[in-house]
Amino acid sequence: MFVNVGGVENLVEAKALTKHFGTFEAVRGIDVEVRRGEAFGFLGPNGAGKSSTMRMVACVSGRTGGELKVLGMDPDRDGPKIRARIGVVPQLDNLDLELTVRQNLQIYGRYFGMSRQRCREKAVELLEFAQLADRADHEVEPLSGGMKRRLTIARSLVNDPELLLLDEPTTGLDPQARHLLWDRLFRLKQDGVTLIITTHYMDEAEQLCDRLVVMDGGRIAAEGSPSELINRYSTREVLELRFQPGAEKPDLERFAERVEVLPDRLLLYTQDGEHTLAKVHEHGVQPIQSLVRRSSLEDVFLRLTGRTLVD
Amino acid sequence: MQTLRASWFGFEKHWLWYRRNWRATAVSSFLSPLLFLVALGLGFGSQVQSTALIGGVPYLQYLAPALVVITAVQGATFESTYAIMSSFLWQKTYIGMVATPITPAQVVYGQVMWIGSQLFVRSVVFVVIAVALGAAGGPGIGLAVLFATLAGLAFSCPLIAYSATLDKPDSFNTVFRFVLMPMTLFTGAFFPVSQLPNWLLPLVWLTPAWHGIELARGATFGTLGLLPALGHTAYLVAMIAVGLFFSVRFFHRRLAV
Amino acid sequence: MTRTLDPANRTAPASVGLVWRIIPPGLYGGRASTLVERSALVNRRGWFVLVGGAFEPILFLWSLGLGFGQFVASVAGPDGQPVSYAAFVAPALLAASAMNGAVYDATFNVFFKFKYAKLYDAMLATPMGPLDIAMGEIAWALLRGGLYSAGFLAVMLGMGLIASPWALLALPAALLVAFAFGAVGMAATTFMRSWQDFDLVQLAVLPMFLFSTTFFPLSVYPGWLQAVVTWTPLYHAIELMRGLTLGVVGWGMLGHVVYFAVLAAVGTVVAARRLGSLLLD
Ligand SMILES: Nc1ncnc2c1ncn2[C@@H]1O[C@H](COP(=O)(O)OP(=O)(O)O)[C@@H](O)[C@H]1O
Ligand SMILES: [Mg+2]
Repeated sequence: MFVNVGGVENLVEAKALTKHFGTFEAVRGIDVEVRRGEAFGFLGPNGAGKSSTMRMVACVSGRTGGELKVLGMDPDRDGPKIRARIGVVPQLDNLDLELTVRQNLQIYGRYFGMSRQRCREKAVELLEFAQLADRADHEVEPLSGGMKRRLTIARSLVNDPELLLLDEPTTGLDPQARHLLWDRLFRLKQDGVTLIITTHYMDEAEQLCDRLVVMDGGRIAAEGSPSELINRYSTREVLELRFQPGAEKPDLERFAERVEVLPDRLLLYTQDGEHTLAKVHEHGVQPIQSLVRRSSLEDVFLRLTGRTLVD
Repeated sequence: MQTLRASWFGFEKHWLWYRRNWRATAVSSFLSPLLFLVALGLGFGSQVQSTALIGGVPYLQYLAPALVVITAVQGATFESTYAIMSSFLWQKTYIGMVATPITPAQVVYGQVMWIGSQLFVRSVVFVVIAVALGAAGGPGIGLAVLFATLAGLAFSCPLIAYSATLDKPDSFNTVFRFVLMPMTLFTGAFFPVSQLPNWLLPLVWLTPAWHGIELARGATFGTLGLLPALGHTAYLVAMIAVGLFFSVRFFHRRLAV
Repeated sequence: MTRTLDPANRTAPASVGLVWRIIPPGLYGGRASTLVERSALVNRRGWFVLVGGAFEPILFLWSLGLGFGQFVASVAGPDGQPVSYAAFVAPALLAASAMNGAVYDATFNVFFKFKYAKLYDAMLATPMGPLDIAMGEIAWALLRGGLYSAGFLAVMLGMGLIASPWALLALPAALLVAFAFGAVGMAATTFMRSWQDFDLVQLAVLPMFLFSTTFFPLSVYPGWLQAVVTWTPLYHAIELMRGLTLGVVGWGMLGHVVYFAVLAAVGTVVAARRLGSLLLD
């Protein structure tokens, strides 16, 4: 099935994939397929096993059990061949602080065996892409977090990868820097690069991913497109009610399809939030604050695991 | 009085660190000078055929007081370069200290007190071992402890001032290689400076190591005149004073908010 | 690194199988030279430091002639014939500086890049493998060491401390010695947890430098101590250098060469495998 390397449609294929660190099971048997050209997401809280999975796919961490094919090849045997054709953006930037911005790109190209001439050209092109052309010959250390992240992404593109792995690409960045990065990632997707993104931000997953899996405790809890997941596991709207801290929260089960009780508020899952709010008021319940919004992946996660994504 | 107490807090901080990391320093501060004394004093000393050059004393005894000084100067160098930079940049100890009522000047004094006391203790240990090995040329070697500490501080204080102006450790290598190394070899510890070409002598006279060695060796063999003793000591004290002056200024500039 | 080989695909003959077990696939990507290229790029601005490295041994040589040599007229050379003290110590310093330079590069520098700069993590995401890293780092250390050794030999020649054309071989010998110490040092570095452990490096290197017949002949020691000293690697290096620069050459010297070749090979493979298992867990 994987003989025709050039033509495989599933760039990543994992079956019952596991990863243990000593006796600790970080990844507990996951099945994943990533198709050519799509943007695929792993959504999950810290410690879900996202990075561990990404490192196995990037062929920098051996699997403990199960099957894994990347670009139709086995990472255990063809690690270098696979790595030659993918790009990796690790969770923490590991830029070469002893080199300038431009040199970081050039030398990285050399690691892939590209000619010096090609590395020079590629560096110019990528500096433009990452909007770092004016910093080309500066040191790396003083760059802002967003700039470093863009440089790391630019670096991962030096070998024109078919598959790009991004581990929490925007964690720790301010909103402006995040939007700039998302814009760059959209462009890559348009250019036909297959993306795998891990994140614990539901808005990022909704913005970027065609398809995603919700991961928790080393397992996959659900799979689908963002809208599919929301339709399947949540209602159209959510009514959020906030009460005085310490006040007893009223029982409102009968007004909604489902109620989640969080420490600071109640979430009422319903098709029409305004209507539900009116009924709640009618019933004499007076929250100090109320909010009607559309369901998000956050709600899907809450439904599946009983916990919030970002704590 | 206030300053003394505040500086003492700085000192205590260092002591707490040391108690956790003593093994690291034990090798470089106690063991390696001892190994040098044995290898050169006893090993090389056994090959010495003529001691005319050094006034007929055994090479081991000639070497010992000078090695106390050289060891102190070397120890002072490390304590006044990377350690200072680390406190500014990496561990940010100083920033934390001046957030309390401690002033930058007191930070400097605490640091120098710490370095001085370390040099003193190391020198005492070294001299005791040297005596046990029969390397003492006379009872005056006990004074070498004081002179070594003084010479070490005379190199330390200006170096602290210099380190306080840096943002990167890159130039420390240059200090080690082009200042410390020649100072170790060519200021009379291993052979008399009279062997050196004349043009080099003025440079030698500038080094704290040479003054320290003259004092320590003179005291050991009882050949030290009062006037030269005062002169050497005055020079070393002057270096300390000037170094402290600039250290306080640069610390102020860097730590003042 | 537990790379399991699919038995169905192991069609290679037995001899290749053994090589594969020592150097599993993925360990080597054949690009060690690009790491040297990186080091050259980094050090382009620091050429001053690079050249400065030659300064130290020259100071040592100078102090030998000026000072130490004045106390000791002559010492028994490798063949028992008396040689001047400077000619006795100079080749030993050449060996010691090959050791010091290589150990420094392979321990401090590598530890920093490995632990703090995460430089190797980034490299391993490319087709490069741990063996490329080990070989690349060692190659750079050798290039640098070679430069210093050549300078040192030139100064020795200028000071009349070279007695034989065999001294030409002292340069490759110095590289081999540096290779061995670098490889073993790097392997040791992969076992270190913190900076504190570098005292242990000091603890190994300094006594060797001082007591492996660098400054005085073996005959100074009582019999049993002589045996201990002759086991140290630096002793072998010094014997090799002394023989070559003084022109006292025999077949026995090949023993030293084999000794270092084995150290180098074992050190490199252990370093690469350890780096692999640490970085590719
Ligand atoms: N090298 C390692 N050794 C031991 N435990 C690890 C290692 N790497 C990750 N883990 C553990 O595995 C779990 C999953 O980690 P990770 O894959 O980084 O999660 P995520 O990226 O989703 O936050 C965590 O509990 C983490 O502590
Ligand atoms: Mg992670």
